[in-house]
Formats: sequence, C-alpha cells, structure tokens
Amino acid sequence: MPDNILMMKNITKLYPGVKALDNVNLEVERGEIHALVGENGAGKSTLMNVLSGTIPYGEYEGDILYNGAECQFKRIHDSEKLGIVIIHQELALIPELSIGENMFLGNERQGKLGVDWNETYSQAEKHLREVGLQEKATTLIKDIGTGKQQLVEIAKALSKDVKLLILDEPTSSLNEEESKMLLDMLLQFKKQGMTSIIISHKLSEVAYVADRITILRDGSTIETIDNEDRNINEDRIIKGMVGRELTSRFPSREHHVSSDIVMEVKNWSVHHPVYTDKCVVNNVSFLVHKGEIVGFSGLQGAGRTELAMSLFGKSYGSGISGQEFLNNKEVHLKTEQEAIEHGLAYVTEDRKTNGLILIDTIAKNITMARLPKICDKKGIIDVGMENHVAEKYKEAIDIKTPTVQQNVGNLSGGNQQKVLLSKWMFADPDVLILDEPTRGIDVGAKYEIYCIMNDMVAQGKSVVMISSELPELLGMCDRIYVMNEGALVAEMDSAAATQEKIMGAILRSGKKTVQKDA
Amino acid sequence: MKTFTKASTVMKKYTMSIALVLVFIFFSILTNGRLLYAQNVSNLLLQNAYVLVMACGMLLCILTGGNIDLSVGSTLCLVAAVAAQLMDKASMSAFVTILLAIMISAVIGVWQGFWIGYIHVPPFIATLAGMFLFRGLGRVVLASKTVNIQNNSFLNAFISYVDVPGLDSKWSHPSALIAGIAVAVLLTVLMLISRAKKVQKNYEVDSMVSTIIKIVIIDALIIAYCWKLSNYKGIPVMLLWILLVVLIFAFITMKTAFGRYFYAVGGNEKAAKLSGIDPRRVYFWAYFLMSVLAGFSGLLMAARIGAVDGNMGNAYEMDAIAACFIGGASAYGGSGTVSGIMVGAILLGVMNQGMSIYGLPDEWQYVVKGAVLLAAVIFDVVSNHKVGKQ
Repeated sequence: MPDNILMMKNITKLYPGVKALDNVNLEVERGEIHALVGENGAGKSTLMNVLSGTIPYGEYEGDILYNGAECQFKRIHDSEKLGIVIIHQELALIPELSIGENMFLGNERQGKLGVDWNETYSQAEKHLREVGLQEKATTLIKDIGTGKQQLVEIAKALSKDVKLLILDEPTSSLNEEESKMLLDMLLQFKKQGMTSIIISHKLSEVAYVADRITILRDGSTIETIDNEDRNINEDRIIKGMVGRELTSRFPSREHHVSSDIVMEVKNWSVHHPVYTDKCVVNNVSFLVHKGEIVGFSGLQGAGRTELAMSLFGKSYGSGISGQEFLNNKEVHLKTEQEAIEHGLAYVTEDRKTNGLILIDTIAKNITMARLPKICDKKGIIDVGMENHVAEKYKEAIDIKTPTVQQNVGNLSGGNQQKVLLSKWMFADPDVLILDEPTRGIDVGAKYEIYCIMNDMVAQGKSVVMISSELPELLGMCDRIYVMNEGALVAEMDSAAATQEKIMGAILRSGKKTVQKDA
Repeated sequence: MKTFTKASTVMKKYTMSIALVLVFIFFSILTNGRLLYAQNVSNLLLQNAYVLVMACGMLLCILTGGNIDLSVGSTLCLVAAVAAQLMDKASMSAFVTILLAIMISAVIGVWQGFWIGYIHVPPFIATLAGMFLFRGLGRVVLASKTVNIQNNSFLNAFISYVDVPGLDSKWSHPSALIAGIAVAVLLTVLMLISRAKKVQKNYEVDSMVSTIIKIVIIDALIIAYCWKLSNYKGIPVMLLWILLVVLIFAFITMKTAFGRYFYAVGGNEKAAKLSGIDPRRVYFWAYFLMSVLAGFSGLLMAARIGAVDGNMGNAYEMDAIAACFIGGASAYGGSGTVSGIMVGAILLGVMNQGMSIYGLPDEWQYVVKGAVLLAAVIFDVVSNHKVGKQ
C-alpha cells in the first residue's frame, strides 16, 4: 500500500446552478510531485481551494485525509498549521512592503515588544537563499520582477514549514529561464522529501517534473497517469483533457460569410500598461469577414482580452502599435467612444465589474453605450423611447424579468449576460467582440446566447468570439485563431479543426519553453 | 401579501418625506406652534438657501462615487469676499459684480475639476487643499476685515420680496397665494397629462387613486406654504433663485444624457468607460458645477447677511454633504435624486430652526444633527444590503 500524504475522497462542490466538483478523488503519495491538469473550468483551482480551506469545511461534501487523519479546514490558517501551503496564480504579495515583511505577513516574528525585525529579516534571508534568491530581505516587492516574486512566494511557504506545497500555474508569468529554474527547484525540494502538487497548462513542464498526473475534466477525475520515467506522450494527456463527447449543445447554423472584409488588423502589438517593457500582444494580424463568426482560442493569459480591448479604443495597454482597418478604412481609435462610433463593440468577459451598472435598471443599462440614440438634439433623454427600446430587447431575446425597471443586480447571470448583449446590440455595431460570452451561465442560457449570435450574423454583422471553451468555439465559429503567449500560433477553418488540433497548437508553441534547454 | 409588499415599497420610497413630516409636527408641538408662524415658515428656506443650492452640486460629486467637495465653504467665502470688495472698493455695479463673481467661481471650478478629473488627484485631498487655499485667499481679499454691503440693487436682487403694484400692500401679499394656486393647478395638469401619456403608450403607472392622493398632498403643501408667505412679506426673490437652481439640476439629473453619465460613472466607472463615457469629463463637470453653485451661494449669503467676513461659510460644506446623505444619496455613488436631497436639506433646516426656536443649546444641536445623519446613512446601507441579498 502506497504511503499517501493526502487523500481527497468523493469531493463534491456545488455552486448555484453549477456542479464545480463531482465526486473527485485525489491521492498524493509522500514525496512525489503530483500534477493536476485540465481545461479552464475543469475544477482544478476549486479542488485546491477545498484543500487549503479557502472553501471552508461544510460548503463541500467529501473527506480530506492528511497523514491518515481526517481534516476539517475552516480557513486557510488551519491547513497552513499542518504544513499545507498554496501559492496562487495571482501572487498575493503587497508591492509596497519589503520581502521580509511580506514573507511573515500574518505570521509575524514576535519580539518582547512588537515585531522582532532583526529576526524577521535574518529568517527571511535564510529562506531566500534556500530558493536561490540573492536579494536583500529589505528590498520592496515592487522593485523585483515577477519571476523573483514567485520565488519569494515559495520562500514564504518554506518559512511556514511546508510539508505539502501547492502551486497554481506557477510559471504562467515567468520566462523560459525562470520557469526552468523553478521546476528544477521543485525537483530539488523533492529530494529533500517535500511533496508538491502543481497545476499547470504547460504539458511539457508537467512531463518534465511530475511523477504522476491526475486529469480533471468538467469537475470529475478522469484518470491518474504514471510518469515515473518522464516520457509521457503529451497527446495522451490532451486526449484525457478534452475527450468529451459533443452532443447538440449548439443551434444549427447557416453560414453567412461574405467575401467582404469588415475588420482587419495588421501587426498589432501591445505592451502591459504598468510594466511597459512586457509585451502582451505580439505582432498579431487577423481579419474578419462580413457575416462571419471568428473564434479566438487560447489559455487564460494568452493575450486575447488584451488584444480585443486595445483594439477597442485603446482601453487597455501601452505602447500600442499596428494598423486597424474597419470597412477597409484605416482607423485610429483613441477612445472607447470613437470605437463605438466606428461600429465596434466590445462585450466584456467580466459583466459585473466591467459591463453592467448593477444598481441601475435594465432600461438604463441597455441604452448606456449609445444614449444619444434616444436623445433629442439638446441631449434630453426620451424616457418613453428608452423603455420602449428595453421592452423590445426583453421580448426579442427573452430577458426573464417582470419589468425593465428591475435593477440588473437582481437578475441571474444568464439574464445579466442578455442585458449586456442587448446593450451592445443597441449600440448597433458592425463588429461585435464577445469576450467569454457564456462564462458562468447555465447550459440553457448558453444555448440562447448562441442563438443571438446566429441572428446577428444573419443580419450581416460580424462576431469575434473569445472563448476558453473549445467545444463552444468549434460549435459556433466559422474560423478559429489560436493565440498563445501574446502571439497568433495557428489559424484554422472550424470544419477542419478539432480540440486536439487546437490544444496541440497551443502546447507545441509553448513546448519550446522547456524542451530547448531540458 | 401583494398589498403588503406594495405598502412597504411605498414606505421605503417616501421614508424621508414621512420622516420630514413627523419631524415638522414634532417641532411644531415642541415650540407651541411657533415654528408655524408665517415669519418662521418664510425664513425656513431662506436661512438654508446655501444648503439647498450647494446640495445640488454636492449631489453630482457624490454620484460620481461617494466623493465629496470639502472646499465649498471656503469657495463661498472667497467669492462673497470678492463681490463685497468689488462693490465697496471698486464701486462696481451690482450686475457687473454678480457676473464677475460667477466667473471667478467658474475659474475655481476649472481649477478643482482639472486636478480631480484629468490629473486624478483624489477628490478628498484636492478639495481639502482647496478648503485651505480659498479660505486663505478670501481673508486676503477681505484684508481680514468685515466688509459691509451697501449696494442696494445688489441686495434687492437677492433679498427683496416680489411686490406686484396694485395687488400687494404693506399688510397683505395676495400675489403669493395667487402664484401658489397657479403653480398647484399647473402641476396638477402636468402630472395628469404625463400619466395619460404613459397610459396611452402602455407604460406602467401608479393607480389613479395614488396619483390623485399624491397630487392633492403636493398641491396642499404648495398652497399652504404660499398662504404663509402671503401672510408675511410675500414671495422672497431668493426663493425664486433657489427654485431656479433646483429645477435646473433636477432636470439635468433626470432628463439629460449629460446627467445620466454621473450615475453611470458612479455606478460602475469601468463599465461606463467601456461604454464610451469619459469619466474624466464627468469628474470635471461635477466639481466645476459644484464650485459655481458654491460661488452663487456666496452671493446669496452675502446679500442675506449684508456683510462678509473671513469666517463666512465655515463648515457649510458639511451641511451640504449631510443633506445629500440624509436625502438618500448613496455613500458609494451612483444613486440619489435632487428631490431626495431637497427633502434631506429641508429636514436639516426644520431641525435647525426647530431646535433654535425651542432654545436647545448649540452643543446639543450638534449632537442631534450627528445622530440624524448617522441614522439616515445606516438606514441607507442596511436597506441596500437587503436588496442586494434578495
């Protein structure tokens, strides 16, 4: 019988309307590096949140056995006491504080009177050396790069006397060299007896470090594969990740693609708004035909949202270069308003934060992107017309609400998404960019959103759909672009595309990362 | 069940109006009816003219995201000081003085709006700086003295009473009552027409009964108020100025796209920006208009007091802010109405006047005001929280 440090048994987690985890089992042996892979939304992060106590005991079903004993973690502190430490994809460091202060945040070294700073900094430097970082512990976090920050997170975990280290996408923001260093360090820790769980999309890295690989798909465990001899075939993993059956979850559609080009982008590059030397979108060129649904596939952080927002009146990024053509005329869109006036619409992936005014009514939200349409020349709103417009959309796309005077915050996710779509349909664009249009809504509402998209292209508009769900892209698009790490890595006709091909294109482009120097 | 929810939503919608009525009745009894004397009723709004006017601008600032303007008391002082000196030292005419005073307010508004809107100086700090700056400048202009205003046409422009020859006499002012009745009739007709239009287009409307009740209450209040005015000195000109400002701002916030943008930015700035609304412009206009109204209030108060000194307008910003929050503007921005904050301002005014007439010591007046403000905001936060949970 293997010596398991951790067993998670039949873990089930329900969110309203969604089963995020469905009887998931995970066994981790003492001293191994265990990889957790799966598509976005497969439930990897949810599972780790259950383990760390971020999702407290009682909000999920199932058992966690750690060192053979059952655990009921109510908060992160409980799991950390036992040596389980999770490092999230989004680093949880405070930029204005020093490395040492960050490392012992919430875990301060107490002296006789207040914090013992000498002890703090000497301990911090000790742990910094363990992760091979030659920085002073008094350096501020904001003054070191992302790669080093990741190492600080690991050093922070070491300071907590970690037994089981969980890394969520640790290399997503690192370059090749830093990634390689981090992975080698994990192997080094393994030799010293530490157990790690690593979540990663980069299969080359998984194949490089993991002893065993557990695949999650749609909230269920699919299989655990042995990788003792480090020679697993990546296609084997991909098959497990995407191998679901396609049923008719999509409305049938006729193709309306004409040969006219409505939007074309040439050599588009965008840099990060704060870290201006970091290139987020790298020399991307693409085009959209009239009546076409064009998909953009890629992993989270591939630069798709950044591309879309930078095209939409420079609402993201710095140092933007390249050419943008709408209806065969080059445009220089400096503000969102200009973008809207030129017939472009961007429907955000985050409807609550960036899309809707939750405390306002459906009617006011729908007209917001193009208020002048319901105003007279003096800018006076015709409230009657506004309500009429809102009622029209309510009927047309079936927003389930007693009245359009309802506040948007009271609607379900699917209906909020419909309000957001109505808002941009009212803006009357030629090209509608939909960023993750079906995120977090149920299957029925998804189907309705797909129908709306079909109607729009039937009316001669064009749709650009950014999605992390491959089946959705394959089911809805005429053509698919694949992005990875800011660059376009493939373009395929959806008739010829398969999930394996798309994942393959992403992974092969990322593979260069490790294999070159591995 | 349905009637119950309806009753509770009506209660919620008119909580502050009901509170105002209760407070008014309370103080009327407490002061043995002295609060109801014609002179006191007439003075109620005039004494609080600056609150009513500045609350309109403050509402715009608060709408953008719970931001406030701390500098308005000082702006008021500076503009009043300039106006007083222009008339006293430079012997300018009232008209030119008013024009220049408003222009100076506009310059102050551009100054504030620019830093806050375009340079992203946090409003709290920018206006705190303004509070010191303009207070100091005001005292410089006054040379730390009290300047009296003797220009009669300036005083008449703000503090005289409407006097219709042949109708009004020294002892009675029927013009006020006639005007009140006219306004009541006009309002009744307008409300009925607007309801009929809505019915015609199949929009949702209140029931006829509740519409009529609403009309009767409003008309009764207007006529009663005007009757009181007619028993004192008639319609104060300052009341007309206040009404003008309030109506303009009510119109802007309710009916125009420009006004809608304040709500959008305060409700969700990112969403507003992605919808093609420029938040910088919205911030600029909020603080610009606020300063102009502060300057205008300076003129009103200078005329009412008849003199300007370096302490004029001290802590006035707090009254305007309190009026907004008592009147239901959200401390997080994005919601609040001009009619709501008028109720807030009048509630504050009734309390002030009631407590003064009753003779409650100053220190206790502060305690009461603080408690009322806190209670109003707690009510707002708690009731919004409940809505969010549903």
